[in-house]
Amino acid sequence: MTDEHTAHVDTQVRAYMVVFVSLLALTVITVAIAKLHLPVALGISVALGIAAVKGSLVALYFMHLISERKLIFLVLIFTVIFFFGCLLLPSFNQLDAVRVP
Amino acid sequence: MSDAHAAHEHAKLGFWRHYVFSTDHKVIGIQYAISALVFLLFGFTLMMLMRWQLAFPGKALPILGGLFGDNRMPGGVMLPEFYDQLGAMHGTIMVFLGVVPLGVGGFGNYVVPLQIGAPDMAFPRLNMMSYWSFFIGGVVMLSSFFVPGGAAQAGWTSYPPLAILNPTGQTFWLIGMIFLITSSLLGSINFITTIIQLRAPGLSFFRLPFFVWAQFVTSFLLLLAFPPLEAAGVMQLMDRVAGTSFFLPSGLVVSGQALHASGGGSPLLWQHLFWFLAHPEVYVLILPAMGIVAEIIANNTRKPLWGYKPLVYSVLFLGFMSFIVWAHHMFLTGMGTVMSSFFQTTTMIISIPSVVILTCLILSLWGGSIHYRVPMLFALAFLPMFAIGGLTGLPLGLSTTDIPLHDTYYVIGHFHYIVAPGSLLALFAGIYYWFPKATGKMMNKALGHLHFWPTFVCMNLIFFPMMLQGLAGMQRRLFDGGATYNFTAGVQHWNEVISISAWVMGVAQIFFIVNFFWSMKRGKKVDRNPWHATTLEWLAPSPPPHGNFENALRVTRGPYDYSSPGAAEDFSPQGEAVPAEAGA
Amino acid sequence: MSEAIPYTVEARPDTGVNNVKIGIWLFLASEVMLFGALFASYILLRLGADSWPAGWNELNVNLGGANTLILIASSMSIVMSWASLEKNQPRRYRIYMTITVLLGIFFLINKGFEYHEHIVEHQLPSTSTFFALYYTLTGLHALHVACGTLVNLYLLLPGFKMWKRSPEQFTNRVETAGLFWHFVDIVWIFLFPVLYLLP
Repeated sequence: MTDEHTAHVDTQVRAYMVVFVSLLALTVITVAIAKLHLPVALGISVALGIAAVKGSLVALYFMHLISERKLIFLVLIFTVIFFFGCLLLPSFNQLDAVRVP
Repeated sequence: MSDAHAAHEHAKLGFWRHYVFSTDHKVIGIQYAISALVFLLFGFTLMMLMRWQLAFPGKALPILGGLFGDNRMPGGVMLPEFYDQLGAMHGTIMVFLGVVPLGVGGFGNYVVPLQIGAPDMAFPRLNMMSYWSFFIGGVVMLSSFFVPGGAAQAGWTSYPPLAILNPTGQTFWLIGMIFLITSSLLGSINFITTIIQLRAPGLSFFRLPFFVWAQFVTSFLLLLAFPPLEAAGVMQLMDRVAGTSFFLPSGLVVSGQALHASGGGSPLLWQHLFWFLAHPEVYVLILPAMGIVAEIIANNTRKPLWGYKPLVYSVLFLGFMSFIVWAHHMFLTGMGTVMSSFFQTTTMIISIPSVVILTCLILSLWGGSIHYRVPMLFALAFLPMFAIGGLTGLPLGLSTTDIPLHDTYYVIGHFHYIVAPGSLLALFAGIYYWFPKATGKMMNKALGHLHFWPTFVCMNLIFFPMMLQGLAGMQRRLFDGGATYNFTAGVQHWNEVISISAWVMGVAQIFFIVNFFWSMKRGKKVDRNPWHATTLEWLAPSPPPHGNFENALRVTRGPYDYSSPGAAEDFSPQGEAVPAEAGA
Repeated sequence: MSEAIPYTVEARPDTGVNNVKIGIWLFLASEVMLFGALFASYILLRLGADSWPAGWNELNVNLGGANTLILIASSMSIVMSWASLEKNQPRRYRIYMTITVLLGIFFLINKGFEYHEHIVEHQLPSTSTFFALYYTLTGLHALHVACGTLVNLYLLLPGFKMWKRSPEQFTNRVETAGLFWHFVDIVWIFLFPVLYLLP
């Protein structure tokens, strides 16, 4: 275990601390904002937006994605595309559906 | 660990660890293949039974009819519920217990590690778990015939609300599917990791045999498309046993009584999640078959495949597109014009890579020195059959022409042309081709011809008339073969032709079954490369030992170096053994 | 015979990863699609509904919020357990992994309390599509928490023997388990607002 390696891990640990505190703070913020009972569209956007930030922090730092290989990104990029396809296309279909007048 | 030591370690395993709970990809591949062939035969038998009812509606089945009992065939006459069970289970078994386990579980497992010069799959124990999960799923599926109310009977598509209101067999179907999906997911992780990580030195991606590319893309389809169906399966299970209403709409009335459920669900939600899987699934059915055909064509024309790069880019593009076409199965659900245009467009676009692949395979024949060996007969037959199947899909992919054709026998004809004289012929080709590698013996040529010709002819006699029936408007899933509807009167007579052809085809399979088992014991002994093929699996002994290759390999050229000017022979193997000192 | 399979522990030079790293990310990709389908169902069913309850009216935001903090803390503790192994500190590893396991159990206990509360109030999966989705989403997630906790427990106790034999391989295993655990955390990070906080 080289000193260089230990130093590298320590840098990562410092990043983990920052991420950890941010996640706790964002959780408190998102609950607080929810208590404001915002209008539907705004409330949903804010809640999901904060969740996206939190999720990204966990993925990028705790899961080491920020320094991960291109190969892994390639797999994930297609997954993300198909995830959004599965998530949104059925609902677009519903919204576009023929309605009996 | 040297290979001699490895082989010795392996030899110490008892019977159970050696042949039953093995982690060797070759044993697992054979387990998948044999299980799949048994399921295919069973699924085909279900259809041969259905064809009696379709050819002679309401007539008692002689001799065999008495075997099924009064709750299925009282007096030998098929009940509609039993017909529906046979139909739903035929589809389910052929797709999920037959073609995919043979094409991916069988051929994929056996051939891929050999073709990339690897000692085994990346995760051998996971591989074993995949097989046993599949096996359990199969047992659950088959046992559903024996529960009160019988097997699933709402089609292989299990549409709610009907599927939710169906008897217990449907619950078994759902549970069986969860085991089968788990098996496929674990398997796909194994395949992708293996192909990326365990290629022999020198085997770059663009030197991979097309068969490996096909399996690679297939695995991605399984990995990313199956989970939504698993989720949907859990939701349907909850609708059936926990009283939820994921798929049950409000105000549903069954047999005059309002259904006691919370309502608010959407039957279309099931359709979306089901077809999200089921469309990529059809490419899972065809891609391994295309891979097999490609290998056999290169080998039996003694020239490289035409258009290797277009083939690779097409199969990658096809894989991607397959995730965004699914709602072409739902054109008749009240879809609006925007979404309909979207799915029609993507569906038309996806036909392009299919055509490119087929064209490359056909052009590969041009100028070749064609050897009409038994595998090649099956591979050649695949080409026009897949062409017919694919082309007949075009009117189904356009919503206007889909309106009269949806849920008719035209659809059945279309997809069967692709899976039956398409995939299945290719899978048979693969068995004849790789049998000598797995056993060290050749299958009998005469029996091969006796299997091929009737099968090929009968497949056309079975499925071509279905197109005519469908164009006349005969609906699918009718237990009386459409006899109730006068407008189908002109095409009813085809039912007898189709049924008799199916039974004749059944008899022709006996030649295959006999050949398969007889050749294992008494087939002509051959050396490790009887076909003089170039890909790496032919460098291993026949059958390959545990660990596959006696020496480490390095790859020095592309996969189809046939008839190279100036070469000593008309083929140059893709790789060579690395001398022991260098590899240690 | 894992020695016969190359790149089980060491990275393959051209891809830069070992087999298990790819394997776990592929598995997580499939899990993204699994939960994606359930979220897709939420969107479709909510769009088609005449009315939809606000999360905070039906569910216990405090318990849900507490569970969120618990999982975030456990994500931190599991990554710290991995970092400890990287720094050759097995004792620290055991402390952090123990914390992770306990937090996982704590999450499940909380979930149990929540479900109990709902059942007593006659709020079952069959009550409404909102509750059907709530139970299915959180139930499937809880199943993942349970399985992850079992894996972590294995790595804490019997599995820890591998540290002596093969420290690099063991560290990789902990990293792999961590990746799964973080994913479970991410799912909850989205589940919590979607179910509990949306108007």
